Amino acid sequence: MLELKNISYHVETGNGRDILNHVNLKIDDRFTAITGPNGGGKSTLAKMIAGIIQPTEGQIFFDGQDITGVSITERARLGISYAFQQPVRFKGITVLDLIRLASGEKLSVEGACRYLSEVGLCARDYINREVDASLSGGELKRIEIATVIARGSRLSVFDEPEAGIDLWSFQNLIAVFESMHEQTQGNIVIISHQERILNIADKIVVIADGEIKKEGAKDEILPQLLNGSPETGQQLRGACHRFA
Amino acid sequence: MDEIQKTLLMQVADLHEVPAGAYNIRSNGQSVDRRSTEHIEIVTKEDKPGIDIFIKPGTKKESVHIPVLMTQTGLKELVYNDFHIGDDCDITIVAGCGIHNGGDKTSEHSGIHTFYVGKNSKLKYVEKHYGSGEGTGESIMNPETVVELDENSYMEMDTVQIRGVDSTERVTRAKLGRGAQLVVKEKLMTHGRQKAVTSFYVDLDGEGSSANVISRSVARDESEQTFYSHINGNNQCAGHSECDAIIMDRAVVRAIPEITANHIDASLIHEAAIGKIAGEQLIKLMTLGLTETEAEEQIVNGFLK
Repeated sequence: MLELKNISYHVETGNGRDILNHVNLKIDDRFTAITGPNGGGKSTLAKMIAGIIQPTEGQIFFDGQDITGVSITERARLGISYAFQQPVRFKGITVLDLIRLASGEKLSVEGACRYLSEVGLCARDYINREVDASLSGGELKRIEIATVIARGSRLSVFDEPEAGIDLWSFQNLIAVFESMHEQTQGNIVIISHQERILNIADKIVVIADGEIKKEGAKDEILPQLLNGSPETGQQLRGACHRFA
Repeated sequence: MDEIQKTLLMQVADLHEVPAGAYNIRSNGQSVDRRSTEHIEIVTKEDKPGIDIFIKPGTKKESVHIPVLMTQTGLKELVYNDFHIGDDCDITIVAGCGIHNGGDKTSEHSGIHTFYVGKNSKLKYVEKHYGSGEGTGESIMNPETVVELDENSYMEMDTVQIRGVDSTERVTRAKLGRGAQLVVKEKLMTHGRQKAVTSFYVDLDGEGSSANVISRSVARDESEQTFYSHINGNNQCAGHSECDAIIMDRAVVRAIPEITANHIDASLIHEAAIGKIAGEQLIKLMTLGLTETEAEEQIVNGFLK
């Protein structure tokens, strides 16, 4: 499905730094979680898959096609979706507008409401609201997820869906991903620090210092993360949080 | 009415045919069609160009349409329309001006609309401006709106100018009595080398009066926009003005808000923000499959909706 071949990303600012360093990764599982400490390169990787950031070295293949030089728009049309870690606000664009744009069709109000219900929002209260500063972080996050669900893509990438939301929203979020895991036809990649999200993944990838430190089935990797196994290295401490 | 005039009528008044209720259609400097109703009387002014519209006290759920159409190049006119709205009314007034300039001379319409809104009355006033035509002549519109709101009356004024007007100077002056409320929503888009200046002068004279002036605009190409708002709080009152502009290409936008409190219990706020479309907004819509141009259109349309 998705293959990253020898991907590097180097920034020139300051003393120059390698954000990603010769990363090779195949994503074929239905539900892949990418975890690791902050600043390790996870979000950069997600943006690279969506086409927002171009690698300085390496190639990206999607269903065998080299998409390294393909634009954000074209990648979206090929079947890649991306949910922002910090969803964007728009003055004047309503929740309904955004979900319609995402679905790519003249969706009925009922149709759009179904997507909102899936992320646990009472659709009637939200459908005509503007996607602006009047929405809370948790509400925005769930609307962002609804836009990705509405696209029904073959590959959906979520960048830290739990970041910046309260405990109550987090509980709902877990339920959303659990149901997505059951229902979705496409593949899902989630960047997350949360044990409960990692726990529903088929595969877990650990990234630190711009490199893949661990990669394997959930049952193999998750216990190592939780127990702080020496194999995962010092830098992985704090990569995974239990939500108290 | 020919096809061009019908198109203009559609653009400025959303009308396909003659409207229900009272109306006056002015075309190329003359009143071409008019209807008064039982409660609304439209009378030609004797001393200057224009009309008086008398709305009887207690008139509810009725509307007045007064579109102005200009298709003759080089025509210049100044028109006075006075609305005398009795007490306890609830009405909608739709005005608008469409200029189709197919020639090389400047066409100019200046309209001074004065509203006397009676006690406890509710008025919705909608004004749309639109220009079209392939000619090199300019289309100029200079509307002036004068408002006097009596006790506990309410006026909502929606103005829209999206296309084709080369130059516009819009002035709105309002005086509010006790408990009166004014809401102004302005939507403006300029392109090419257009110039637009809007000025609001609001006197909050009455105790408990309030005004909310909201302007949203988009300036493209090499166009220029200037927004002035002056709100004077002369009593216990609340005033708010907000200018929010998207700037594109090589356009210029100025926002000059002024609030003056002449009373200890006057509460006044102004907000002004000018900026280009945020890159992340474009990226978000592109991740939904839109091209950059389509994303830009959606953002602008949403902003001006």
